[in-house]
Amino acid sequence: MSLQNASASVPTATRPNGAGAAAILAAGVGTFLLAVFAILADQSAAIKSLMIFWKPTGPLSGVTTCAIVLWLVAWAILHGRWRNRSVVLTRVNAAAFALLILGLLLTFPPIADLF
Amino acid sequence: MEITARSLWALIHGMGFGALYLLAGSGALVELYRGYCTHNQALPSERDEKFLRIYLVAMAALAWLAVLTGAYIIYPWYRAVPPPGTANLAAFPQRLLMASPTTSGWHSIGMEWKEHVAWIAPISITMAASVALQYGRNLKNHPQLRSAVLVFVWISLLAACVAGFFGAMINKNAPVEGGPVIHIVQGEQK
Repeated sequence: MSLQNASASVPTATRPNGAGAAAILAAGVGTFLLAVFAILADQSAAIKSLMIFWKPTGPLSGVTTCAIVLWLVAWAILHGRWRNRSVVLTRVNAAAFALLILGLLLTFPPIADLF
Repeated sequence: MEITARSLWALIHGMGFGALYLLAGSGALVELYRGYCTHNQALPSERDEKFLRIYLVAMAALAWLAVLTGAYIIYPWYRAVPPPGTANLAAFPQRLLMASPTTSGWHSIGMEWKEHVAWIAPISITMAASVALQYGRNLKNHPQLRSAVLVFVWISLLAACVAGFFGAMINKNAPVEGGPVIHIVQGEQK
């Protein structure tokens, strides 16, 4: 009975955290890049023009498409490197949170306009 | 009772996808905390685990649908440029907002923030759904992964709240209108 309870309370095999860490860090990178592209398109007429992938939506189409593509590329690369490994999640989380918060703040126009 | 096609799309975007995402977000936080972060040593049941996976995938779908309909269906109507000399700007919400100093902030801060910050929600919740799909009940063994997922879900909700608030206020001040009129139901004759 007690053995049954013990086996039911603990997952049998611990999967390496690398795949999860890759997803987390890539999400941080994606949100940060979103803000960076938005600032670049806002500050530079040339980049703004380059970011118009679909005219009705304007530069927003390029900003978001570039950020999403690079997010997915970063995710694929990190996943390929880390999926079978365990990584130091403290550092990965710290970097991901920093990028996420920066991304959130840098999309706020009064802050983005400082650049 | 009737509604224009553009208003209907704005409703689908805001109330259909956006508001549903916000409602679902609080449930996801509770479920993630209840199932994986409490001091309860028992594993979530397979049924609970499957439910959470489907729930997060559905949230990710809602978030993507919200940003894609917003950016590629409604935003072009919002930012449409009126022909020179147009006096009535009702069909050009961005220009209508910018025409008055009392409403220009809804565009220069509200829409400028909303159009970018909203994309943080699908990126974050897709990551959360992916981790849930890959790890399932094994998340119990990874407290730092769980914490990161929770933080990203919180931030995705915050981003969606910002987008939802400004979307509602912008639509209140300068609604996206126009297109074919859809008759919903005939009202009573007086």
